[in-house]
Amino acid sequence: MKHIDGKIGWLLLLALAIAFPFIAAGNDYFLTVMATAYIFAIATIGLNLITGYTGQFNLAHSGFMAVGAYTVGILTVDHNVPFWVAFALSGFVAAALGFFVGIVSLRLKGHFFSIFTMCVGYIMFLLIEKWESLTHGTVGIMGIPAPEAIAGFDFESPRAQYYLVLFFLVLAVWAMHRIVNSLLGRTFMAIRNGDDLAEALGINLMRNKVLAFMLSVFYAGLAGGLYAGFVRFLGPGIASVEHTFDMTMYMLIGGIGTLLGPLLGAIGVPWLTQYLQFLQDYRFIVFGPLLIILVIFVPNGIVGSYLAWKTRNASRLATQAAARQIPTQTQATGVVGRGQQKGSSHA
Amino acid sequence: MLEIQSLTKRFGGLTAVHDVSISFERNKINAIIGPNGAGKTTFFNLISGAIPPTSGKILFDGQDVTGLRADQVAKLGISRTFQTTTLFDRATVLDNLIVGHRLRTQSGLVDVLLGTRRLKEEERICRVKAQEALDFVGLSHVSHRIAADITQEERKRVAFALALSTDPKMLLLDEPAGGVNPEETVGIAELIQKLVRHGMTVCLIEHKMDMIMNLADKIMVLNYGEKIAEGTPAQIRSNPVVIEAYLGSENAAA
Repeated sequence: MKHIDGKIGWLLLLALAIAFPFIAAGNDYFLTVMATAYIFAIATIGLNLITGYTGQFNLAHSGFMAVGAYTVGILTVDHNVPFWVAFALSGFVAAALGFFVGIVSLRLKGHFFSIFTMCVGYIMFLLIEKWESLTHGTVGIMGIPAPEAIAGFDFESPRAQYYLVLFFLVLAVWAMHRIVNSLLGRTFMAIRNGDDLAEALGINLMRNKVLAFMLSVFYAGLAGGLYAGFVRFLGPGIASVEHTFDMTMYMLIGGIGTLLGPLLGAIGVPWLTQYLQFLQDYRFIVFGPLLIILVIFVPNGIVGSYLAWKTRNASRLATQAAARQIPTQTQATGVVGRGQQKGSSHA
Repeated sequence: MLEIQSLTKRFGGLTAVHDVSISFERNKINAIIGPNGAGKTTFFNLISGAIPPTSGKILFDGQDVTGLRADQVAKLGISRTFQTTTLFDRATVLDNLIVGHRLRTQSGLVDVLLGTRRLKEEERICRVKAQEALDFVGLSHVSHRIAADITQEERKRVAFALALSTDPKMLLLDEPAGGVNPEETVGIAELIQKLVRHGMTVCLIEHKMDMIMNLADKIMVLNYGEKIAEGTPAQIRSNPVVIEAYLGSENAAA
């Protein structure tokens, strides 16, 4: 049972993603929508680390995505740096900047942190828009080269680009899975549950928050780098706070603080808005109330609610099992405890 | 074991703790009592490093710990509980406790990404420590239950278990029996005695006088941030200053 929504579930998703170009049967538009969704999924997974797992709602996230994107754009177009070299730098440039923003902004708590980062995000947007000698301003950066071929595989066709983006998404999810299910992830979650208690348990708040922040914006930078190579055009709009709010919406719908939730949200919501396209601008009249209803009645999101339900069930079963065989109680709870941890760890 | 020398904390014009000196002995139960707003919790916050003192000195095992951050103090072996414990309600009790031993582990990001043996070993140790702590406080049977479902008294015991999983030398308990019924209070008192039998040094804040008078080896009374008395329960009970400030004439008659 636990394996169906564990490893096998993930493999099933992966198989679906690999099969998607064949299902879409050469419809390049579908591939483009999906690949764009994957890119934003990578950024959303990153945002989820600092917001969902560590409890610090960073509103400058799209700014860091822009930093990664412009790193690739500026280096490839203005300095003729190969795409892969620039792409490799994109995450690290964002993380390095994240270090400095982090050590300042993370001194603030709760809403104050969010307001501060919103300002930081807006400053990043303004810098990109106004610093024309570096970023080409509102004109944007055009003609970003596609990723160079690796070992005979070129990334010119939409299908090849789709698989390239998918590869990095899988890598991103795998690394995040490692992080959130480790002691490090537990450390971040302890901070989310309560600063004071976490610190009293010997957790260095600043160091761990800055680490989570840097990892989070590393994902944003990487997603930005991919975006630059995929869309091949960059404007300051990528840094605008709306993108951060979009990602926040993906997190909330899928399930904040879960691994699968933001991924499903980031892939599912763009498709939903695509299908509501026939409503034109009225689609937000449908979509807005839908979101409000979801936040009120399913505050943990789809995946979060499912996990809560599953944990509660397992808890009930284990209580019954413990009640049935009191003599071997410790043994029984030990096994159940481990099984549960497995179950939740893959979700 | 813990020696406090003329500790003072001012918040702007308000002096929350004023010139308090006291020493707590190893393997004893020390209690701090006093009316609401007397500065008890501030006193705990100062010892545990949650806030820095304005002046004064705190010595733990002869080592000066004044001005250290809370996480550094915790690593040295002073662990504390809070009046309310914030748990992750959607996870199991055991899951909530595993992070408690994190401060004694070394694994960082590289271990996590590479999945090193050290990380696996440390995660195993943390899990064992969490289970041991749960067993000690008598909660083995709820380890797999989700945190949202446990009772107030069980929550208090989980707070004990969290503090214990850090491998402390000294425990600071902030109202360990606050909000639990009289029978359960007896159980909590027994748990505190069990801790001391196992070599722990305890310092607690509590409002329940019966419990304190039966439990404590030494009591300090705070009033408006100042120490107005210290001594054994018997000495405190008959101290006229304490009766005036806190216990009331009713208690003196008893």
